[in-house]
Amino acid sequence: MTARLVLQSADITRALTRISHEILESNRGASDLVLLGIPTRGIVLARRIGEILDSIEPGSGTVGFLDVTMYRDDLAKNPTRAPSPTQIPAGGIDGKTVVLVDDVLYSGRTIRAALDALNDIGRPRAVRLAALVDRGHRELPIRADFVGKNLPTSSSERINVRLLEVDGVDEITIEGGDA
Amino acid sequence: MRHLLSTRDLGRDEAVAILDVAEDMADVADREIKKLPALRGKTVVNLFFEDSTRTRISFEAAAKRLSADVINFSAKGSSVSKGESLKDTAQTLAAMGADAVVVRHQASGAPSVLAQSGWIDAGIVNAGDGTHEHPTQALLDAFTIRRRLHGASARGRDLDGVTVTIVGDILHSRVARSNVWLLSALGAHVSFVAPATLVPIGIRGWPVTVGYDLDAAIAAKPDVVMMLRIQGERMNAAFFPTAREYARQWGLDDERLAKLPASSLVMHPGPMNRGLEISAKAADSAQSTVLEQVANGVSVRMAVLYLLLSGNAGEK
Repeated sequence: MTARLVLQSADITRALTRISHEILESNRGASDLVLLGIPTRGIVLARRIGEILDSIEPGSGTVGFLDVTMYRDDLAKNPTRAPSPTQIPAGGIDGKTVVLVDDVLYSGRTIRAALDALNDIGRPRAVRLAALVDRGHRELPIRADFVGKNLPTSSSERINVRLLEVDGVDEITIEGGDA
Repeated sequence: MRHLLSTRDLGRDEAVAILDVAEDMADVADREIKKLPALRGKTVVNLFFEDSTRTRISFEAAAKRLSADVINFSAKGSSVSKGESLKDTAQTLAAMGADAVVVRHQASGAPSVLAQSGWIDAGIVNAGDGTHEHPTQALLDAFTIRRRLHGASARGRDLDGVTVTIVGDILHSRVARSNVWLLSALGAHVSFVAPATLVPIGIRGWPVTVGYDLDAAIAAKPDVVMMLRIQGERMNAAFFPTAREYARQWGLDDERLAKLPASSLVMHPGPMNRGLEISAKAADSAQSTVLEQVANGVSVRMAVLYLLLSGNAGEK
């Protein structure tokens, strides 16, 4: 099965830079902004967006990560998943604007779990969602506020997001389908 | 993981994985809302044929923090006192839809009988069986040692090269047995110090060195000294002349505490006999981890229940 390259390193950087500007624009500045990455690759993306925000407005890139394993609705259907750590920045999330960051937005169930997890941690002023790839096929009424790239796919295809920090290379490929 | 019956079944990687999940569970204890929805709709039965406070409450707290429903069963005041057999009790619980059964029993091996009998389909957690094993106690001891030694960077690490001296009634101690297997799987060196009458027969096959002199053991500067409770209810023979003599020879008193390096940890699985195996000063010192062990017990038991009950074990 062949994998088709859809985004390269430079494309990813450009998308993240655009997302960063959009976040600042919609938030009207960098005040009270908290980026929370969803493991595994959402953490990497949140850190990168945090760095870009920092370079635009120093001190604005507050980054943490949020594990949603325990809040998933498919725990009983899959083999046991090991949870990963959650780290909330020192200021907490009460009254802040939280931007959830994930690599691929698909069914929307991970984000639903993330919203439940946030609920147990505090009460943000607003929650936004940034995704590097939106591939459609939503199963819940959830949409992203900031999207790197819309990739209409068939559900038999597989989207692989590979990032330098985790996989040693920056690329997004589509695999499989009826091609 | 289907059951947790013995730490002897756990390899290094599996043990480290459980401790890592426990780290994540410990983070929840620091939050304002100390609850996770992971085991919603699951039923955990605490089946206690023997008295216990901290283990039962700890399992109950762990199950409740994971949103499971908890049913407590103690042999006193139940049909067991009317002579109901373990089999009938187990089948009754199965009929009520228990997903996990936490068993403490005075007979060694009772939990593995439950796990292998087919009387009940639930996951079985051994919470202490006779003088055999008490695996979650060993896991929480290992977790406590790892946290004290490595602090925030504890995730993923084992206990390679850590020296642990376990002192006291080894013969009747399920805590000591579980700890030997787990700690040595994690790479620690375990040694026992006890009166010769309280060292079990057949200890030669265990990964452990045996000594009889506590002062010599303390002079060797162990990283951890774990004092065991003198189990009055099992002292049915003349194992040592008097309690005072035991305290003088094998108790961690103030004098021995002073000789112990300040970095060494003093552990005790509780409940403590202050003045017998451990002095009040040792129990309340900064080196003592007794209360941390209790707090960590909840996190470790959350990890065990989560690993046992989440996931589709049938297809794996």
